[in-house]
Amino acid sequence: MSIPNTAAMPTVSFISGADGRIRRRLLMSRVFAWTCRFATYSALAVLIVLLVAIVYSSVGRLSPDFVTNTNSTNPVKAGMLAGLWGSFWLILFTSLFSVPVGVGSAVYLEEIAKENFLVRIIKVNLANLAGVPSIVYGILGYTVFRTSAATLSIWFDGNHAFGVLGLFRVRLAKLPIYEDNILVGALTLTLVILPTVIAASQEALRSVPSSIRVASLALGATRWQTIWRQVIPAALPGISTGVILSTSRAIGEAAPLIMLGALSYTTMCPGNIDSPVKLLTRPTQVLHAPLDQFTAMPIEIYDWSKQPKPEFTEVAASGIVVLLVVLLAINSLAMIVRHYASRRLKW
Amino acid sequence: MARSKTQAWASQRVFRYHEKLIQSVLFLCAALSVLTTAAIIMVLLGNAVYAPGEKKAFFEQVSLWQFLTGTHWKPVDGPAGRFGMIPLFSGTFMVALIASVVSVPLGLGAAIYMSEYAAPREREFLKPILEVLAGIPSVIYGFFALKFITPWILKPALGLVGLELGTFNTLSAGIVVGIMVTPLIASLSEDVIRSVPRSLREAAYALGSTRFDVSARVVVPAALSGILAAFLLAFSRAIGETMAVVIAGGQQPIATLNPLRGAQTMTSFMVHASTGDSAADSISRMSIYAIGIALFVITLTINLISGWILRRFREVYQ
Repeated sequence: MSIPNTAAMPTVSFISGADGRIRRRLLMSRVFAWTCRFATYSALAVLIVLLVAIVYSSVGRLSPDFVTNTNSTNPVKAGMLAGLWGSFWLILFTSLFSVPVGVGSAVYLEEIAKENFLVRIIKVNLANLAGVPSIVYGILGYTVFRTSAATLSIWFDGNHAFGVLGLFRVRLAKLPIYEDNILVGALTLTLVILPTVIAASQEALRSVPSSIRVASLALGATRWQTIWRQVIPAALPGISTGVILSTSRAIGEAAPLIMLGALSYTTMCPGNIDSPVKLLTRPTQVLHAPLDQFTAMPIEIYDWSKQPKPEFTEVAASGIVVLLVVLLAINSLAMIVRHYASRRLKW
Repeated sequence: MARSKTQAWASQRVFRYHEKLIQSVLFLCAALSVLTTAAIIMVLLGNAVYAPGEKKAFFEQVSLWQFLTGTHWKPVDGPAGRFGMIPLFSGTFMVALIASVVSVPLGLGAAIYMSEYAAPREREFLKPILEVLAGIPSVIYGFFALKFITPWILKPALGLVGLELGTFNTLSAGIVVGIMVTPLIASLSEDVIRSVPRSLREAAYALGSTRFDVSARVVVPAALSGILAAFLLAFSRAIGETMAVVIAGGQQPIATLNPLRGAQTMTSFMVHASTGDSAADSISRMSIYAIGIALFVITLTINLISGWILRRFREVYQ
């Protein structure tokens, strides 16, 4: 605490006894300012301590083979390759599902909908969905998506045939569909991040000045032409930043995925694709990957954190470092998009 | 001439159908969110309250009164099972309470500092830091609590006073959850504090108030309802927080108010039960849905109250 600098204080002494009171009040003011400053900067301190503690615990285990090995019960061999690939596929499909639906909803709510009862319900409902704990979406995913996948896996076990109009029978092919596959996980995560994606896209659409819409409509463009050729391109930087940030939230999300089943025991990469080259050279495996079992980075970290062997602390810390690096890369991407877009578009 | 006119009409009609189609597709996208809510409610009710078919729902086997007031949580099939949610409830509220004790002063202090004291440049530096703190995944906070806060900070500190701390404890879990929700309180409260009109501040300064007087006696009281809404939202977030609590809080469903011991929360029970291998229609599996309903109802209620307070606050100043 700094001692009040009497030289800088106004000396008000025309009321007897006021001098001491004013000094006390100014001291109080400074103490309060320092308390608030302390509260704010303690956030920075916590962040630094957290990062240092994690990086420090990862020293000794973090090495190139940590990202080329798959998981193992032996802490020296355990690696994160399967989790990295699992998260990659998850995020790929989560974005594929959530971007069209999320942007579509935002366009409807901001550009097309008139304020009526139904639209109000949708808006209130979106606000409430954003506050639903992510684990509740996990229950939904388990009950709806996983059960559907289980039904599909029975249909496609190679022994099922359907009669079509009593004329001929169609035998369903044998497809390796797992109950807890990538698509089930991605659909669940989509529901988790959809309210955020919609809110971010709405925000971006709202920041497009209405003069652009009016000008386009005045030139004879229809409403959809205006939205598709003028409004969406203008809002695109904002939308993509929001989408990228929500996606990075999905990467760290573990609770809804854990609800889907015993994911942490999987040590294989989805579709057995363990290098980017195989994405191009093994088309059949690429097609199998979405229906394959998976594990994800946060799930592996959870799994390692609860292992009783102390060596797994280092493994978990290394996993966290890898996850943080991935998140950092994604967030930098968002920042680059924002930076370039704000340079190009000005109104 | 006439022909081109009919052509123009025709193409316009095609346009109109085309537009209608697109608009309906977009409407379906927006309506999907309502469908999601409906699905959540159906799934929870359909397994907890009333199950069609031969499957028996949770509350068809355990009475609501037993569930709400029972003090033993032992989710096993057969006669040994006890389904009283008080232990999970107390664990959840312990964590949320500790989180509030940590996050309310920090978040409010940060909000006041950033809106009343910090220069714009300093604010531009502080805001992203809080965003980063909010963006760190929950699993990482769990690891931090279990492997760093408990053994390296709390154990030595409490050891000095002579208190015994368990490896898993609600204290460390509550602290990290508090750190996680601090940015939420800070940013929401800051928005609210900023929307307090300038004239109030200027009037107070003109009457000879110090900065402390202005912040603590004028601005914060004026923004109080909005700040309260932020606290409530953070509290509900803390109740729904999962991974950090699962990792650091332990898995014993004991009704205890001792933060030095481990306790199971509603969320950590759900994670624990879903990693087990009980049959899909067994009562131990069904109990997940019952706890899910409790969690959903509690968080939704708090969020609705918070939203209602925030709307009333906005009506006053905007």
